[in-house]
Amino acid sequence: MSQAERTLDRLFRAESGPVLATLIRILGDFQLAEDALQDAFTVAFESWSKDGLPVSPGAWLATTARRKAIDRLRHLKIVEAKRSELELSLRLDEETFGFPGDLEVSPVPDDQLRLIFTCCHPALSREAQVALTLKTLGGLSIAEIARAFLATEAAIAQRIARTKQKIVRAHIPYEVPDRESLGPRLDAVLSVLYLVFNEGYLATSRDELMRVDLVSDALRLARSLSALLADEPEPMGLLALMLLHDSRRDARVSGEGELVLLADQDRSKWNRTQIDEGIRLTENALGMMRPGCYQIQAAIAAVHAEAATAAETDWPQIAVLYDQLLHYARTPVIELNRAVAVSFAVSPAAGLSLVEAIAERATLEEYAPFHLARADMFRRLGHGDEARQCYARALPFAQNEQVRRFIEWRLQ
Amino acid sequence: MKYALLIYAAEKDWVAKSKKEQEDVYNEYWAYTTELKNSGKMLSCEPLDPTPTATTIRVRTGKTVHSDGPFADTKEQLGGIYVIDVKDLNEAIAWASKIPDARSGSIEIRPLMKLPEM
Repeated sequence: MSQAERTLDRLFRAESGPVLATLIRILGDFQLAEDALQDAFTVAFESWSKDGLPVSPGAWLATTARRKAIDRLRHLKIVEAKRSELELSLRLDEETFGFPGDLEVSPVPDDQLRLIFTCCHPALSREAQVALTLKTLGGLSIAEIARAFLATEAAIAQRIARTKQKIVRAHIPYEVPDRESLGPRLDAVLSVLYLVFNEGYLATSRDELMRVDLVSDALRLARSLSALLADEPEPMGLLALMLLHDSRRDARVSGEGELVLLADQDRSKWNRTQIDEGIRLTENALGMMRPGCYQIQAAIAAVHAEAATAAETDWPQIAVLYDQLLHYARTPVIELNRAVAVSFAVSPAAGLSLVEAIAERATLEEYAPFHLARADMFRRLGHGDEARQCYARALPFAQNEQVRRFIEWRLQ
Repeated sequence: MKYALLIYAAEKDWVAKSKKEQEDVYNEYWAYTTELKNSGKMLSCEPLDPTPTATTIRVRTGKTVHSDGPFADTKEQLGGIYVIDVKDLNEAIAWASKIPDARSGSIEIRPLMKLPEM
């Protein structure tokens, strides 16, 4: 790909979600909207490479795609009513703007919200939600989604086709949920975006470099969601959380590709710009006085980010935040994290007794971080044998190559 | 948009209920059905006799084979059907989640297939 092609490709990806969202509303048809947009991209590619970018690429694409949709409908000789409706709306636009040859239709922000709530509708499976969100709002190709989720293109194509079919046939509405159901519906959207982020963030080995793109896709989507729902604190909290995690990207993997623990990271490699924005967003969100899961997790990440060295970490503050997090989601994993915070805030022994209590209630045998946390507490207490036993128990359940190598290094 | 709300519940839980408990459930269904009917969105309401009364048949190589009982031996059995006509899936979900058995069993929501006029 040449430089110019890459620029256009990035631009298409950024513009495609908003433009597609508006097209789907006008056309009432996912597939027709996607096909028309694809046609518009083809035209844009030729025209923009020759004449340079238009003033508003989004409006240019939306307008061209609408014309292409009419062409397609005319060609198919179907849906008479729908076509006349489209032509009517085009005429209306022309009248409003007064320049028939140069009319511009801009993507409507509300349409993006409609699209994201439709893609993440609870009647769709999580896999379907993720694939469709990345395809329509993220502007990713089938091939890119397949690479990112280590699936075949055929499988992803089929998943997306089935999902679109279910939306049409089960009549999932293209709308933003009302106030009453916004909360739970928003949770589904946020967890889809966070899942996309984590797929990219947690995969850092070199052969999975493709997946790192998912981090920027997730950030881009979280950014636009938080702008679209500016009076909701949780989307802002999620964006802050992503920024704060991603700020450590360059420090969390060593030159040899080894995972570096938070405590051992070279903090000068942390991205200060992202940290500053993440902290500012966390404060703004918490200032709305409606705390939630993502805001509190962002606050925890912010406390880590504010410590100049690992030793200066405000562990009591982190332990308190995990306490609050437990009000929203009482899971063994969060309890484990709280125990780790207590092990630093109070003592490794206090942490260990919490860990033992969790183990009595929940099965974390196959969860590597559980054994790693215990191992580290034993190590800090100077109990080398117990620590080694825990590392050995963690080994078969290591989430990825880096963690496995880290455990092996500890075992030596 | 028309949907069938298929009610699945464990028959053995029903049998285990006291007379009084069964009556409470009937009353709840009565109230729900009245509300649905008054909204003008109910097309039909068909409670089913329990599965011991069911007969399943298959026609194989021209012969009808009967068997006693339901098509599949599952934990929850189809106990009744509402057919409703509502705006979209969200409204269907809202009605389905008010069905008394949604709390202990499950409600499957299926759009009715549109066929060309016969």
